[in-house]
Amino acid sequence: MSMRTQALLINGALIVVAAIVAFPLLWMLSVSFMTQGEASAFPPPLLPAQPTLDNYRLLFERAGMGRYLGNSLAIATALTLLSLAFNLSAGYAFAKLKFAGRERLFQTLLGALLIPAQVAMIPLFLLMKWLHLVNTYGGVIVPGLAGVFGIFLVRQYAQSIPDELLEAARIDGAGEGRIFLRIVLPLLKPIVVTLAIFTFLASWNDFMWPLIVLSDQAWQTAPVALAGLSREHVQDNELMMAGSVVTIVPVLVLFLILQRYYIQGLLVGSVKG
Amino acid sequence: MSEQRAAWAFVTPALIVIGVFFALPVAAALALSLTDFDLYALADIKNLRFIGLRNYTDVLATPLFWKSLLNTVYFVGVGVPASIAASLGAALLLNSPLARAKGLFRTALFAPVVTTVVAVALIWKYLFHTRYGLINFALTHVGLEPIDWLGDPHYSMPAIIIFAVWKNFGYNMIILIAGLQGIPQELYEAARIDGASAWRQFRHITLPSLKPVLLLVAIITMAGYFQLFAEPYVMTLGNPLQSTYSVLYFMYEEGFMWWSLGRASAIAFLLFALILVVTRVLLRVARRGEPA
Repeated sequence: MSMRTQALLINGALIVVAAIVAFPLLWMLSVSFMTQGEASAFPPPLLPAQPTLDNYRLLFERAGMGRYLGNSLAIATALTLLSLAFNLSAGYAFAKLKFAGRERLFQTLLGALLIPAQVAMIPLFLLMKWLHLVNTYGGVIVPGLAGVFGIFLVRQYAQSIPDELLEAARIDGAGEGRIFLRIVLPLLKPIVVTLAIFTFLASWNDFMWPLIVLSDQAWQTAPVALAGLSREHVQDNELMMAGSVVTIVPVLVLFLILQRYYIQGLLVGSVKG
Repeated sequence: MSEQRAAWAFVTPALIVIGVFFALPVAAALALSLTDFDLYALADIKNLRFIGLRNYTDVLATPLFWKSLLNTVYFVGVGVPASIAASLGAALLLNSPLARAKGLFRTALFAPVVTTVVAVALIWKYLFHTRYGLINFALTHVGLEPIDWLGDPHYSMPAIIIFAVWKNFGYNMIILIAGLQGIPQELYEAARIDGASAWRQFRHITLPSLKPVLLLVAIITMAGYFQLFAEPYVMTLGNPLQSTYSVLYFMYEEGFMWWSLGRASAIAFLLFALILVVTRVLLRVARRGEPA
């Protein structure tokens, strides 16, 4: 087989695979602009005959999607900002500050990664109830304030900071808090972006825990509300596709802008782990 | 402030969160699984009784648990190899020196990974629609019979597996590309000089070199797939004929529909034990294959 046929085959295969993978997302977008009932036909239409924004209007005016998206945004933003503070300081300390029992403690934390989150969910629900955090943003935010994966990611990256730099600052009389804020944080910038986008996407897309802890509609996140809506509107495909669009587009756009950081984090998190 | 004291100040907030909101609940789950914690105990803790292992024996005597377990094992057993095969195929294509516009293709193939599972499950539920679904349209177009994907217990799990492969293969694809790039090019050059075919190069160079990475993605994917929940919740409600009940779906119903929190905790621990055992087995099988 000549080089040219090979190149043709490989690129042809890539185009076909990419088309199959992208198709459901593109079709979702197309159906979301169809008039009610238009997509329930055989053969299913590929493009709307008369594009309309009715589904989006219905979604925001009647189904209250704006509120759910707002809940998701508030929770994901707060969780991202707060957990960065917890995970960055802990990850840095595990990488660069010496203290008795450091390695043992870190190994114990890594061991906790083996335990599926669902094992903790039932007592966690009771704890949240006791703390009066069920059906509040806090019910989703507080348990996620620190995480082993985030600490691990920061530690891996912070290990590359030269000790001499920190020693020099200490000799100059800088306190540990000041060293962290003025010297370490600027150096950690790439991993801060990576961890931020990871946390934001994971929080936005999370389903099972928000479903459990946010039973009251007023506090529900977009995915939980969307799952509920789909049970009420089994036949309204066009409406549900519009709901899927507004849920997916924010995270997809964020990923497209910051994908370099996201993919770097994915590799640090798994290959070196 | 000494370095030691500063270090503790830096790690303690995170340790408190992980301790109070993860470690403590895990320990409590173990304790809870030995009690009859239910709606009555939720109302008044005095109704709580220690019942030893009865939750475990009860669960193991429940047919729906075994059904959920079998369904989950089916999903993992078929879904994990299918996902990894798709990831490897895509990684090989993208890693070829002949491939063009790699960045663009990589982004397109990875995009489903970052999407919200509930939202894309709704798309696929519609794609799988018996009458209006595009998948059946494509099948009838090439002369095949339409399939009642989400209504026929034989096809419901395969449908969910197809969806899961689409959603997840991009993740492992990225890791496998990094693995492929780590294989020394000289190995392939030597093989070409010896006249080895592309297939033989794949079998004798690529696969063995990728083995550690493949083991890693197998374990990550397996542990994730055992936690199947949102897909049946959105696409099938565990039906038809309970053919898509997963262990977690069963746990969720026991815990948060029937409020048998003791029982649900026992189910969570059984799932955890299963994941540990399968991880062990995978590691052992991988080690056995290594040259001494």
